[in-house]
Amino acid sequence: MITGRFFAAGADRRIAITIFILLAIAIIVPLLNLAVSPTSAFYVPSYVVALTGKYLCYALLALALDLVWGYCGILSLGHGAFFALGGYAMGMYLMRQIGSRGVYGNPLLPDFMVFLNYGELPWFWYGFDQFWFAAIMVLAVPGLLAFVFGWFAFRSRVTGVYLSIITQAMTYALLLAFFRNDMGFGGNNGLTDFKDILGYNVQADATRSALFAASAVTLALAVFVTWAIVGSKYGKLLMAVRDAESRTRFLGWRAENVKLFAFTVSAVMAGIAGALYVPQVGIINPGEFEPSNSIEVVVWAAVGGRGTIVGPIIGALVVNAGKSWFTGVLPAFWLFALGGLFVAVTLFLPKGIVGMWDSWRGNARALRAASITNPINGEAGTDPAVPPPPKIVRSAARTPGDWSASGPEPQPAE
Amino acid sequence: MILTRAIGLTLLLLLGMLSPSNAAEADLRAIIAKFATASNFSATEAVVRELAATGDTAVERPLGALAEGDLYVRKADSLVFIGKAAGGSVELLDPLSGEKSGDAAKSEITKIKVNNTLRRAVRDALGTLTLGAKDPAARIAAADTMFKTPDATNIEPLDAAIASETVASVKALLEQARAASVLVSDRPEADKLAAVALIGGRGDRNALSLLTAVEANSEGAVKDAATAAIANINSTLALWDAGQNIWYGISLGSVLLLAAIGLAITFGVMGVINMAHGEMVMLGAYTTFVVQEVIRNSFPGLFDWSLVIALPLAFSVAALVGLVIERGVIRFLYGRPLETLLATWGVSLILQQAVRTIFGPTNQEVGNPSWMSGSFYIGQLAVTWNRLWILVFALGVFAVLLYVMKRTPWGLQMRAVTANRRMAASMGIRTPWVDALTFALGSGIAGIAGVALSQIDNVSPNLGRGYIIDSFMVVVFGGVGNLWGTLVGAFSLGIVNKFLEPYAGAVLGKIVVLVLIILFIQKRPRGLFALKGRSVEA
Amino acid sequence: MPKSNTILYLDGVSVSFDGFRAINNLSLVLDKGEMRAIIGPNGAGKTTMMDIVTGKTRPDAGEVYFDGQVDLTKHDEAEIAMMGIGRKFQKPTVFESHTIEDNLMLALKGPRSIFPALFHRRSAAEARQIDDILGIIRLGDKRDELAANLSHGQKQWLEIGMLLAQDPKLLLVDEPVAGMTDAETEETARLLRDIARDHSVIVVEHDMHFVRELGVKVTCLHEGSVLSEGSLDFVSADERVVEVYLGR
Ligand SMILES: Nc1ncnc2c1ncn2[C@@H]1O[C@H](COP(=O)(O)OP(=O)(O)OP(=O)(O)O)[C@@H](O)[C@H]1O
Ligand SMILES: [Mg+2]
Repeated sequence: MITGRFFAAGADRRIAITIFILLAIAIIVPLLNLAVSPTSAFYVPSYVVALTGKYLCYALLALALDLVWGYCGILSLGHGAFFALGGYAMGMYLMRQIGSRGVYGNPLLPDFMVFLNYGELPWFWYGFDQFWFAAIMVLAVPGLLAFVFGWFAFRSRVTGVYLSIITQAMTYALLLAFFRNDMGFGGNNGLTDFKDILGYNVQADATRSALFAASAVTLALAVFVTWAIVGSKYGKLLMAVRDAESRTRFLGWRAENVKLFAFTVSAVMAGIAGALYVPQVGIINPGEFEPSNSIEVVVWAAVGGRGTIVGPIIGALVVNAGKSWFTGVLPAFWLFALGGLFVAVTLFLPKGIVGMWDSWRGNARALRAASITNPINGEAGTDPAVPPPPKIVRSAARTPGDWSASGPEPQPAE
Repeated sequence: MILTRAIGLTLLLLLGMLSPSNAAEADLRAIIAKFATASNFSATEAVVRELAATGDTAVERPLGALAEGDLYVRKADSLVFIGKAAGGSVELLDPLSGEKSGDAAKSEITKIKVNNTLRRAVRDALGTLTLGAKDPAARIAAADTMFKTPDATNIEPLDAAIASETVASVKALLEQARAASVLVSDRPEADKLAAVALIGGRGDRNALSLLTAVEANSEGAVKDAATAAIANINSTLALWDAGQNIWYGISLGSVLLLAAIGLAITFGVMGVINMAHGEMVMLGAYTTFVVQEVIRNSFPGLFDWSLVIALPLAFSVAALVGLVIERGVIRFLYGRPLETLLATWGVSLILQQAVRTIFGPTNQEVGNPSWMSGSFYIGQLAVTWNRLWILVFALGVFAVLLYVMKRTPWGLQMRAVTANRRMAASMGIRTPWVDALTFALGSGIAGIAGVALSQIDNVSPNLGRGYIIDSFMVVVFGGVGNLWGTLVGAFSLGIVNKFLEPYAGAVLGKIVVLVLIILFIQKRPRGLFALKGRSVEA
Repeated sequence: MPKSNTILYLDGVSVSFDGFRAINNLSLVLDKGEMRAIIGPNGAGKTTMMDIVTGKTRPDAGEVYFDGQVDLTKHDEAEIAMMGIGRKFQKPTVFESHTIEDNLMLALKGPRSIFPALFHRRSAAEARQIDDILGIIRLGDKRDELAANLSHGQKQWLEIGMLLAQDPKLLLVDEPVAGMTDAETEETARLLRDIARDHSVIVVEHDMHFVRELGVKVTCLHEGSVLSEGSLDFVSADERVVEVYLGR
């Protein structure tokens, strides 16, 4: 089996194959949609293009989260906020592109502003008629928020669940803020009814295919960048901070800066994902800030395998495909399934699909010595009696040993 | 104190409504009959005066109808009725009892005509009418009406009423009403100055609006006095406003405390991040709903007891679910807080969806027992009974919990296991049991919080979602592992929130509080009352 | 006391946790290039003293100077480490999910900011240094193994190796020979004496045999302050030390 060899290969080869596949579908899928006749068996319907394009954005978001969670142990429950901010920046560009074609025909003000009696364009909407400006904002706004938030949080050494909870509070505060009409972002309706992107109709098949291709290429790029970061000395440092933060400090590293860099990069990636997502789904509203969305991202990464690069991508695709299927067939049961997935993955699949695959390939007995999956005895991994498996050493170095870098004892919440 | 006074007041009001003066009814009917023969406005006015002179509150109905132009005479028998147009015909009501006593075509009756003089006479009569009522509550009500609608003609009846009044508090009100009337009369300046002083002393919003009108309409010494009095009242009112905000804040704080207190056990003491905590609250609320349904259908008489019955049930339901969660999920995840967070989030989704499947996604109707509804005033402070009871309840739960933790063997074991699991185990404490029971306790407390919150919040499957972030904020702000911290945290967050609301609005206020907490956690990552020591740093 | 020729200078240092005085008016001076052994019963405050020097714990009172002029109470852990104070923990802490080699690479002296780390390429000089250290700590054949798979003693060695890689001016070594065989203990003593030739070192140890091997001045701490100081023979003859620590 091809997939068999794909998964069994070393980590680097796995990355190469992932990038290759992504680039390939970036070309093939649009071709099959645009150039093949709809009657052909190879035809890819437009809705599939849109749907998978959306999944690719989710995959990018999951990868972004994994950079901080899997590799640095920062469980952010607010990554949906960065995604949404990127989405809003793109949405503002798309809104300004509507121009006078809105319901009210106002050349300057988007419909909702006319409706809410805005006299003039709020200052923060200036510049968004230019794509380059919006593109910069897609990177800058989530990046800046993450930088400021992280700068305060990491410097004062807020860690563990405390950090998780305040990231959740952050996205919750943004949710409340964006619901307000007088924030100038369209209140609870958000931004929608987009017409053009870069002069092309967002609804057109060709544009959708182009957006799909853009998502796939961006994801490939993100995989490469993440791989490069994680494989560098900095990446090793990142994992060192995850496993023994104070040790890195006593070696002279500024653990807060290490985390801050990863957090900011990750937020920028999430923002890009949001910006690609919005034109493909045609709407952005405050619901994207819902804390539950952010937590769902965590489960994508967990299902696929945190602390790996392909894991979160696989997780995002699998879970979202499952979601689409469930909501089509058994809508009432989707939340049961999702809830069950959270429980099952933490209890039975702590290393996710990819981790499980690796374990399965490795020597099961020897693996017990190398990893710390056993929840009862966290010190099993330090047992020197059992020789380590020589084959998986390299990839295991990339996957985290234990989950949350804390001892086996229940403690007062870290 | 407040309680007895309030109950007394309610009782008086009820009595006042229930005591019709039957003996006088015949006399009244005789006077009312005179309306039929009154041929002009002054004759009608005389009848009005005569009715008013009886001092019986029962004449309010016919007089009110007269002023509205709803009083009719039946041509056939010259009897007087209150008429209500109903389609083509008119429904006839008895002028005293208001009961229906037949229909008539418009042609069969004549309306008793009224002009403005007459209307005014009626109004005065209605005002003075109850001044002599036996029931002090009725007299208070009359004084109040007169205070709000001052008129120079009121002065004389008020003087009379004041002279014969024996209850001091009512007398004061009457004097204020008189002063209000003096201010709109052409009495000498000295009288008016005294009146301003008297009204200024009252210090409430009614006095304020009255004095504002006086300030606008008068000049000289009276105007100055009014201005000074207004300033005075404003500062008093500001104090009361602050007091009211504090009360709202305390009330919100008690809600937060209720929601967070179970979490203070599971998260604070055990270190378990239970994202399904809000769903435990929801289960408690739904238990209350079910209890009330059963009572409504089978034992309607017990409705006032529904909450008391729901409490142990809600505790048991939530505690049982908590026990299952601990045994089934959490115990495998001790020491891995982030995984616990995810797994319990999954549990919360399942619980929510289960409730949605069973009860439907809409809000369920949970009623307030009579002792939970209504409100009363302390000075200018409006206090609703349900909020007051919830405060009392929250503090009670807190006290019980504190006792359990600090004074019982179980609490000791709980703290021992938290401090050093292995050591506790080797000293013969059955740690798995302690874990399970502690978690069940925390969950059960969330359940009884749900009973209380069902009284002030919508009971829907999403009930818990609204509380989870707030609860975590309270526990984290107060300092994990410290019950007192939770108490202080809940009340300070509640009060800060309510003080911000007038300036920032509810939503923005909440955002500001969230941001403040985020900043606070940066400053003191371990909360207000942090545990110290090496175990925490590990 | 003149600070000029000292590498570490503590004067009147006190720290308390929730009212418990872990360090009580402690004064301790270490000359440049000196190696000092610190002994004392459990809870005497030895580890806490190191926490204070490395910036983990802020003292409530007192002066802590490094190199005669740097006030350590004004700096945090990373800054202090960068100044040249290295530390080995009582409980060996290494990066378990990294290989031995990567552990050393992260410890290796060099720039400590993010971007150089991001674009770092291992130079020949660094590779040689790592090889040298691997030789010294005798883990050369395990260089590609995860640190998690090392034994307790090997982790101790690895941590000492990381200290060497850091190349600090002052080394604080907390119980380095716990969990080692006699032969390994002697080896460690030799290594430390070697290091002490061009570094200043503070060693905390309960193993009196090892302390004797070191053959340096000894300070005995008790209840947060110095009980006795001098040669090992002098200190072990001290009545009070015998009373509280050595036993009769
Ligand atoms: N962060 C802290 N919080 C509370 N107490 C502390 C803290 N750090 C140290 N202590 C206390 O200070 C005292 C000194 O501890 P320290 O670890 O310095 O002893 P030690 O001399 O290193 O002992 P050992 O020989 O057992 O390693 C102990 O009683 C310890 O409990
Ligand atoms: Mg020690």
